[in-house]
Amino acid sequence: MKHSRRNIFVMFLSVLMALTAVSPASAAGQGETKAKNAELLGAGATFPYPLYSKMFDEYNKLFGVKVNYQAIGSGGGIRQMLSKTVDFGGTDAFMSDKELAKADGTILHIPTCLGAVVVTYNLEGSPKLKLTSDVIADAFLGKITKWNDERIKALNPGVKLPDQNITIVHRSDGSGTTFIFSDYLTKVSKDWKKQIGRGKALNWPVGVGGKGNPGVAGLVKQTSGAMGYVELIYTLQNKMPYALIKNKSGNFIEPSLETVSQAANIDIPADTRVSITDTDAENGYPVSSFTWLIFYKEQNYNKKSLDQVKALLSLLWWVEHNGQKYNEALEYARLPEAAVKRAEVILKSVVYNGKKIDFKQ
Amino acid sequence: MQELITSDNGSIADMQTENIKKRSNSFDAVASSHKNNMGAEKTFNAVLLIMGIVVILILAGILVSLFVESIPAIKYNGFGFLINNVWDPVTDRYGAVPFLLGTLLTSFLALVISIPFSLAVSIVLAEYLKEGWIPAILKSATDLLAGVPSVIYGFWGLFLITPIVRKIELSLNLPPYGVSILAASIILAIMIIPYSASIAREVIPLVPVDIKEASYSLGATKYETIKTIILKYSMSGILAGIVLSLGRAIGETMAVTMLIGNSNILPKNFLSLIFNPGNTMASVIANEFTEATGNIYLSSLVEIGLLLFIVSFILNVIGKRIIRKFVIE
Amino acid sequence: MMNNVDTDKHFKLRKLKNKVFKYFLYFLSGLSIIPLILIILHIIKNGISAVNIKFFTSMPKPVGESGGGILNAIVGTLMLVTIASVMAIPVGISTGIYLNEHRKNRLSYYIQLSAEVLQSIPSIVIGIVAWIWIVLPMGHFSALSGGIALGIMMLPTIIKSTEETLKLIPHSLKEASLALGVPYYKTILKVLLPASLSGIVTGILIGIARIAGETAPLLFTAFGNPFLNFSITKPVASLPLLIFNYATSPYDDWHKIAWGASLVLITFIFTLNIFTRLFTKKYKVKF
Repeated sequence: MKHSRRNIFVMFLSVLMALTAVSPASAAGQGETKAKNAELLGAGATFPYPLYSKMFDEYNKLFGVKVNYQAIGSGGGIRQMLSKTVDFGGTDAFMSDKELAKADGTILHIPTCLGAVVVTYNLEGSPKLKLTSDVIADAFLGKITKWNDERIKALNPGVKLPDQNITIVHRSDGSGTTFIFSDYLTKVSKDWKKQIGRGKALNWPVGVGGKGNPGVAGLVKQTSGAMGYVELIYTLQNKMPYALIKNKSGNFIEPSLETVSQAANIDIPADTRVSITDTDAENGYPVSSFTWLIFYKEQNYNKKSLDQVKALLSLLWWVEHNGQKYNEALEYARLPEAAVKRAEVILKSVVYNGKKIDFKQ
Repeated sequence: MQELITSDNGSIADMQTENIKKRSNSFDAVASSHKNNMGAEKTFNAVLLIMGIVVILILAGILVSLFVESIPAIKYNGFGFLINNVWDPVTDRYGAVPFLLGTLLTSFLALVISIPFSLAVSIVLAEYLKEGWIPAILKSATDLLAGVPSVIYGFWGLFLITPIVRKIELSLNLPPYGVSILAASIILAIMIIPYSASIAREVIPLVPVDIKEASYSLGATKYETIKTIILKYSMSGILAGIVLSLGRAIGETMAVTMLIGNSNILPKNFLSLIFNPGNTMASVIANEFTEATGNIYLSSLVEIGLLLFIVSFILNVIGKRIIRKFVIE
Repeated sequence: MMNNVDTDKHFKLRKLKNKVFKYFLYFLSGLSIIPLILIILHIIKNGISAVNIKFFTSMPKPVGESGGGILNAIVGTLMLVTIASVMAIPVGISTGIYLNEHRKNRLSYYIQLSAEVLQSIPSIVIGIVAWIWIVLPMGHFSALSGGIALGIMMLPTIIKSTEETLKLIPHSLKEASLALGVPYYKTILKVLLPASLSGIVTGILIGIARIAGETAPLLFTAFGNPFLNFSITKPVASLPLLIFNYATSPYDDWHKIAWGASLVLITFIFTLNIFTRLFTKKYKVKF
């Protein structure tokens, strides 16, 4: 009798203790035993998110490796890579030398696909518009405010443009899409270069912000008279119109796999960090870009196991090779052969404790 | 007042018989159990004390962590943080004015919109319909309204409130943003009605019955009694409710983030102050925290968090002080 | 003569004002619950078609493919709530007891103040703190960090409900037990706690209802996960997080799933609310 009562008390105490104090400790223990069923965590760009979610879904079916990719924006991908909270990051804007210098270790880039940033809009009848870089720049600077502005009319004879305000929709989060878009406008517009410049997050003079490519597409779709910029796939999936943009050679180019690939047909540097906006190619779409996955060259940090690192490298290798077959179905251009060759060299240069890693290719 | 919630009345009787049984069994056992009890009692008290201290430590830890993480920003931004109106991560310029203004505007508008409704609900419940199914429904409905998650308010607002706001904007010949300070304020108002109503509902019945009776016996109508006696008497309590609701409104994140439009530009004129998109302190953190690449950028966001913490702390303390004073009076 | 008519008019006017005021109040009260009705109707209308057995048992599909379920988010939410409860319930109840037993003590005052301040901290700020405390040192996002953020939010509710319920228990009950020679800690554990059990359980249920719908503290802690995950050191999905991500996307399929998830979440929270009320009513005993 006496015992049973004491037992209850002891139980109460031990439950208290166990539940409060021990739970973080036991949690830490659990992490290490789970290494064989590898789970990889990535975060970043929303621009290639439809592709990645398809690729990683297939990869899970093929190899049973769970790859959790959270589309939080390119800025987020870089940030989380710098604070080492993810296994790999995704970004549409390659990291600047300044950003790389901030990292605790060398960060590598491999391109995964090509994409196009398109100007989309919400107009009655969804007419196909032709736009030039300076019209786009002035619209996003708030200098062109009406859809029936003379300059837009002049570019689009025959299209009935309404007397409606242009509502600019931009990104609210730090975004590689914004970087590509502003990189292009900085190259082609002096006003833009002076007032705004290029960056992942900008000090926008007008407009509303949506979170991620999905957020911007969602807002444009909801708002009559809206104009925004998103990755091509988001307009295709949502049946939204996009503009033809005049390139350096003076041709109005429709964004497509073909025109984007043309823009990427250039010499790719060894670290693959290259901008392909405002391309010289005659039929190249001017707002094209690679998108990259980033990771550390030295993989032994945060007590990562070698198995987990191997799983990561195998995944990345697969993305560069077999995974590429999913690109075109989702309107992302395949990587040019030259880019894949560069990526192979980069992947093989990854080390664990300073030693080369033998991973399944 | 002595209403009590209890599930188990039998426990004392059980203990009693158990104790008697035990006592009659052996005196030795009593002596040894006494000793054990002393030890157990000490442990028990120690556990209680430690848990209490843990609560204090959590709060202290929160404050310290927020402060430590914002030190780089405080050093870099200085006092200008509170008066600069440009938030530009590209050039590393961080001024919190757009968010302070956005927070102030949305909370204030939400209060203005919600006060008539929450007052009406509380007066109806406290003075008009005290029994029956209508007040029961009204009470349950406001309780449920308080239970709807913020993210669902935001989702619903995206599909129902922004189109309405867009129509208003079009009719005023403004750019039809839809997502705007106004949309966020409307959803915030809906969200705080149950909260401020519940506080007012507690305060209004505290008006002494004899004063009310005196008013009625002088021939005053209910309307007059409410206007001249009840509202006047419970004014400080209602005010406290408003302050507490304000404290709630400024920290509200998800619904606001989804409806406010996430723009860091200061509005140029009065109309655009309400109809343009904006950002609040909470929404800018939600939007930018995971992606702040620079250390100063991240630290500046934590500084906004610290600011938010301090403001809601002050509002809460003021509100509760007024209420306590009122209840004692 | 004239005077009489005036008084009469005046009187009628006052009565009219009284009536108008009354109906105006009724009108406003009625209006204030319209949003609730609209929200519920909207969620049911849009959500019901998404909800079926598969919705509960399958995982989300990649972007652009229709169908898919929310099993990962349901499991994640349950995990997060469990972690939060495991953390908050023991600490909360013990602290509640301490506060009740040491009412005039200086430490009690500070504990009480801390609990009050904790209650007032905006949820997004708690998210930042959990990120600083757990995510940074652990090196990755995790269910644990999200659970702890939610636990901190749940704590004040439990402390308060425990303390308030204990306060309501008549002194005579405690004194009777002590007079019978029952040791102090046993009096608390076996007399006071069982007597106030329903109040404490109510507090716990309210606390769970409060945190189950929270999104902001999870944005940079639990993070989300398209796969099923049972490990507390890995990121997990949660219902509110999934609703947020899907609701702000442009995909109609995803909107549909978000409405379905909203229906599930709101049913869960309302059930808790109703359960709480029934629980309190059933066990309410007058002393």
